[in-house]
Amino acid sequence: MSEPTEADVRAEVSAWLKANFNPDYGLVEWRLKLVESGWGAPHYPKEWYGRGLPVKFNAVVDEEFAKIGAVTVCRAGIRTLAAATIIDHGTDLHKEKFLRRILTGEDTWCQLFSEPGSGSDMAAATTRAELKGNKWIVNGQKVWTTSAHKADWALLLARTDWDQPKHKGLSYFLLNMRQPGVNAQPLKQMNGHASFNQVFITDAEIEPELQMGKNGEGWKIATTTLMHERRGAGALRTWAMPSTRTGRIYREENAEIATTMEPYKWYPQRAGRVDLLLDRAKATGKINDPVVRQELAKVLVLSKSAEWTAMRARAAQALGRPQGPEGSLGKLLGSHVARAAARVHTMIDGANAMLTGSDGTLDGVIAEVLVSVPATSIAGGTDEIQRNIIAERILQMPKEADPFANKPFRDVPRNTVSKVG
Amino acid sequence: MQFSFTNEQEDFRGILRRFFSARSPSSEVRKLMETEAGFDRETWKKLNQELGLTAVHIPEAYGGQGFGCVELGIVLEEMGRVLLCAPYFSSVVLAATAILNAGTEEQKRKLLPAIAAGDTTATLAFTEDNGLWDASGVAMTATGTKLNGTKSFVVDGHTADLIVVLARQPGTSGDKGLSLFTVRGDAPGLKRTPLKTMDATRKLARLEFKDVEAELLGEAGQAAAPFAKTMTQAVVCLANEMAGGADHLRETSLEYAQMRMQFGRPIAAFQSMKHKQADMLVDVETAKSAAYYAAAAFDDNAADLTAVASLAKACVAEAYLQTAVHAIQVRGGIGFTWDEDTHLWFKRAKSSEVFLGDANYHRELMMQHWAAA
Ligand SMILES: Cc1cc2nc3c(=O)[nH]c(=O)nc-3n(C[C@H](O)[C@H](O)[C@H](O)COP(=O)(O)OP(=O)(O)OC[C@H]3O[C@@H](n4cnc5c(N)ncnc54)[C@H](O)[C@@H]3O)c2cc1C
Repeated sequence: MSEPTEADVRAEVSAWLKANFNPDYGLVEWRLKLVESGWGAPHYPKEWYGRGLPVKFNAVVDEEFAKIGAVTVCRAGIRTLAAATIIDHGTDLHKEKFLRRILTGEDTWCQLFSEPGSGSDMAAATTRAELKGNKWIVNGQKVWTTSAHKADWALLLARTDWDQPKHKGLSYFLLNMRQPGVNAQPLKQMNGHASFNQVFITDAEIEPELQMGKNGEGWKIATTTLMHERRGAGALRTWAMPSTRTGRIYREENAEIATTMEPYKWYPQRAGRVDLLLDRAKATGKINDPVVRQELAKVLVLSKSAEWTAMRARAAQALGRPQGPEGSLGKLLGSHVARAAARVHTMIDGANAMLTGSDGTLDGVIAEVLVSVPATSIAGGTDEIQRNIIAERILQMPKEADPFANKPFRDVPRNTVSKVG
Repeated sequence: MQFSFTNEQEDFRGILRRFFSARSPSSEVRKLMETEAGFDRETWKKLNQELGLTAVHIPEAYGGQGFGCVELGIVLEEMGRVLLCAPYFSSVVLAATAILNAGTEEQKRKLLPAIAAGDTTATLAFTEDNGLWDASGVAMTATGTKLNGTKSFVVDGHTADLIVVLARQPGTSGDKGLSLFTVRGDAPGLKRTPLKTMDATRKLARLEFKDVEAELLGEAGQAAAPFAKTMTQAVVCLANEMAGGADHLRETSLEYAQMRMQFGRPIAAFQSMKHKQADMLVDVETAKSAAYYAAAAFDDNAADLTAVASLAKACVAEAYLQTAVHAIQVRGGIGFTWDEDTHLWFKRAKSSEVFLGDANYHRELMMQHWAAA
């Protein structure tokens, strides 16, 4: 069977939506229908709620949804990374149990990777999982865990073998967050939000079938999750805007945006809000300041060339060509764009850049850009780590020597850890 | 918009890369750059005949191959990669494009086939001693078809067989009263002086016109639009040429870092060297994206083409120069020598940064488009 054309896909999804979408549906009720049809995640395999279509058609499908205001499946934040990892490495049981509820929005997820003692060096995790009887018992502490306080489930990286070298003693689990041994405490961030948490895990239990992969395969699987994260799967460049349409489904979607999606509401700001720059410069008259014009132009050059670099990567992928270096630069470019945009927002805002909240420009949105952008070069792997990866994996430069590469993890020097705050 | 090259285009690039690396090694570049002409007519003719380079974007009706700006961009990127010494930018990108945009049907039939065949070399003389890249800088007068004044920074101006000249009716200014003319290189009253160029691989000349009899190209007083369009295409082509040079510097710097030993290991093992290479890759790949996008936008006649062309030039100019600075730093002392090749590209980066307008100039053009939108 040959691959369908863009026009085929457009016609088919549009016809299906016209015949099926109705704003009087309940949110989950509609999404269940959507999941059954495969149009909720057309790039998923046919047997797992998708249509097996190439990723490039997702944009076309989205356009058809937008045309008639049809609500999509839930696909914001960490849940997207969970789904991608489950598709890549999960068992049929994992797929059966989780994918549908991720898409309908019934379950919220978080990523328990970073710890107080191990961030960039994520493989140095010391949270331990031990098989006792017919359960895994988990003890340890995680931190910076976005959305943990809202989450039903977690992707967990934990150590199962302390005698193996660092990377080889890790395993990957799907942890039920709604149990007595798991305690998530929100941490207040420099931008005033509290979307990440410290998570204390004390004798939490995991059924053996909720391990993903085998003992020792945790690092490999976590790398898949991170790859999806760095490619922007959970990045939320545009925030799901509450709809002004009327109908039960929109009311329920707006409620979801206000609750489970709340931790992500500053995410567009941390990317720099390049989209606001020109209008702000015009509104303030700073567009006529030759220095501002130059600096603004520099941001636009950077963000456009970054966008076109991503398009080049996607076009090559769609043609089935081997991935070129341009596909791995997005995370670092995103940091450059965000920082440059924040600088120019400050130039444009002038004295008002000293104000925040309701006294700040655009009801505080600009101030929020200025104090949120620093997250971009840290979350999901710092800029320095991205440069290491580009140099070592893409440019094949020598890997940093690790004096403990073949030593048991228990002998590796590490941080003494205390509670944050 | 086309975001990837077709298989045919990739094949074309592959052929060019092999040919140019065989025929234009740095020893050849160094030999030619020491000559006053800057190229060798016979060698260039032969190479051109094998590949049909001068014909690429000229329509078939005028003896060309009728390809677009994307293919022309590929040629330039590959030439920029090896600093090929040939009157290509002058004859094909500047002169032929100007003739295509401004000439009458009859003039195109008369002038273009010889350029497409590589028999005639040509150039476009537009900038004057004031160094302005747009029509506002033109002071040279055309009284009827008699030219008086001075052109400068004319690429291959001292060797071109045919010179396309931008001049204005006395008493006009800005975009008004502009006309294009053609003049033979050996026309009476024309004095041509080669300039000492920092980048010896791109030759420039100063041309003094005293009552030089010229032939009008296209319509009298109507040259502003075809000239502007020619500049847009030239800027896009230059951006692609520069992207090729930048990519070459990035690759050779990586090779050097992998090979050079200090403190018992290749310098590529040091993190500051790795981060520099990662930054160079980011700069060069985004510059390529901008240059490729601009070439595709040209072929699509995109509504914001002039802004996109300027964006590409601004982006590539900074990337090329920054890469050249890193390329020397990575090599240490040997990078500062005349015998090592890096400075040849450094100088091309520097002069290309300024040629056809620097990054500030192009960012301003871009803003004029987008701030008005
Ligand atoms: C907003 C936000 C949301 C987050 N959400 C999550 C989440 O949901 N789940 C989760 O697991 N984690 C999350 N994180 C954690 C994030 O992944 C880590 O903060 C990050 O990887 C850095 O680790 P660290 O904070 O321990 O800093 P460190 O690793 O201690 O780094 C400190 C500094 O040292 C530098 N450094 C470290 N190693 C090297 C090296 N080899 N070479 C050069 N420089 C080096 C770093 O670049 C940095 O500048 C989040 C972080 C933020 C800011």
